Amino acid sequence: MLSVDSLDVAYGEIRALKGVGLQVGRGEIVTILGNNGAGKTTTLKTISGLLQPLRGTITLEAESLVGVPPHEIVGRGVAHVPEGRRIFNRLTVRENLMMGAYPRRDAGVPADLERVVTLFPRLKERITQVAGTLSGGEQQMLAIGRALMANPRLLLLDEPSMGLAPVLVEQIFDTIADINRQGTTILLVEQNAAMALSIAHRGYVLETGAIALAGTATELADNPEVRRAYLGE
Amino acid sequence: MDYPLLLGIFPQVFLDGIILGFMYALIALGYTMVYGVLEFINFAHSEIFIVGAFVGVELLLGLKSVGLLDGLPWPLVLFLTLVAGMAASGLLAVTVERVAYRPLRNAPRLIPLISAIGISFFLQDLIRLFESLWRNAFNLVYPTIDVLNLRFELTETIDVSVKSLVVIVAALLMLWALHVIVNRTTIGTAIRAVAEDQAAASLMGINVNRIISLTFLIGGAMGGAAGVLFGVQYGLINPYTGFIPGLKAFTAAVLGGIGNIPGAMLGGLVLGLLEAFAASYLSLLTGGAFGAEYKDIFAFSVLIVILIFRPKGLLGEIVRERA
Ligand SMILES: Nc1ncnc2c1ncn2[C@@H]1O[C@H](COP(=O)(O)OP(=O)(O)OP(=O)(O)O)[C@@H](O)[C@H]1O
Ligand SMILES: [Mg+2]
Repeated sequence: MLSVDSLDVAYGEIRALKGVGLQVGRGEIVTILGNNGAGKTTTLKTISGLLQPLRGTITLEAESLVGVPPHEIVGRGVAHVPEGRRIFNRLTVRENLMMGAYPRRDAGVPADLERVVTLFPRLKERITQVAGTLSGGEQQMLAIGRALMANPRLLLLDEPSMGLAPVLVEQIFDTIADINRQGTTILLVEQNAAMALSIAHRGYVLETGAIALAGTATELADNPEVRRAYLGE
Repeated sequence: MDYPLLLGIFPQVFLDGIILGFMYALIALGYTMVYGVLEFINFAHSEIFIVGAFVGVELLLGLKSVGLLDGLPWPLVLFLTLVAGMAASGLLAVTVERVAYRPLRNAPRLIPLISAIGISFFLQDLIRLFESLWRNAFNLVYPTIDVLNLRFELTETIDVSVKSLVVIVAALLMLWALHVIVNRTTIGTAIRAVAEDQAAASLMGINVNRIISLTFLIGGAMGGAAGVLFGVQYGLINPYTGFIPGLKAFTAAVLGGIGNIPGAMLGGLVLGLLEAFAASYLSLLTGGAFGAEYKDIFAFSVLIVILIFRPKGLLGEIVRERA
């Protein structure tokens, strides 16, 4: 479904990605693991159009995404839950969710709203509340729910576990697996490698801007390098 | 001290203050909306405002020259004038953004500010050039519509002109419409989303540049409406008339909390009332030691005091954000 090849991205003089390539097949959960500064966020931002690559290709179902502005990439079925959630603090929960469906003109929006508040009942209770007053976990649910309102084919998730208590992390990952079972393909960036590998089908390890390892989730979880560097053994 | 006199003129002064305040509020919206999305002070907004007044006066003079000013019903004439002023100022604001600000979006902050000041001078002199070629005139006077100058006596000491009522009603309608657009429509929610986080808004599928243009369009149109109402109310305009009301409206926006829409409305009203009361009461209360010419000093001293205690303005930062 998504194919990234030989991607080079730089911030001015700083080269953040050097020849990154990865594939995401329809229906998969694929995870990108890596330490701080490895280039995970940069990869997602380039896919969703927030950053322009110096070189390389990004294709979604045979169509190139390079040079397409972010607001049009959403229309092609890619929704991005950014690092740090980036919900609209001054908007209500409902307004945040409706912004997720902003470009949609189809009749399916109310049904998707229903689906999101079923996935996250907390959001239903707080639907008229200003989003800035939500707890961290609720904000993460809102960020994911808001992206689902675009009814995406591909969902990009950047560290959904960041800053959450372990119980909540587990709950969020269960929901991500649910979303995937309902038919959405997922590209998941995580530092919590154990959790990510527990729900992913395949994964990549990113080290200083390049892919160091690739394999199925089981292969990666059994790999001694991965166990030492990312699973804390 | 002459207490009956002080009390007697109170309603009249209050009314004057409200009218001036609505004028400031309408102009202040243009500053505050643009600041809300771009964190940038559009210093050319005072000229965008006065262009509305000029388009209004040109339309009225044009109607007059073909004999339609008294031929058409006056509410229609006023409505057309307002629409023309709003359209002209709105489109001008969009053009200015496109030409002078957007190419500088990623430049250091001072650069677009200087561009705005340049546009401000450019527009002043462009209006001056146009009017000197077209009418050989510097000052223009809004033609009178007789109905508008009728006055009702409310009591023995207070009377209201039709014109004042029209200005108040028009301003209220405009502020209400803006409130509905910004708070009750999807496009208005998108404006607020872009104001908060442009990158996140673009990830929602919002075309950020289009929303920025729309913000300039709405803010410019409000300024144009204020321009027409200013002309109708005070009559005399010249190419440099926009500067002082613009500066005061900007102050009103800061007073209310820059970037905050209800704040701009409140700030405008507070400033208008302060100014009106200072103009009428200073000399009465100080036995003539300070005359009406001190009104700005008084009004701005109060503003400074308010800002010392509320640096973010009256309504600034009411929402506390969690990390
Ligand atoms: N806006 C920026 N300007 C300059 N350099 C940047 C910028 N954003 C990221 N970088 C650099 O690019 C590299 C990759 O950063 P990126 O944010 O993609 O890492 P990451 O893998 O997401 O890290 P983390 O796990 O900490 O979120 C880092 O060296 C970082 O310092
Ligand atoms: Mg990151």
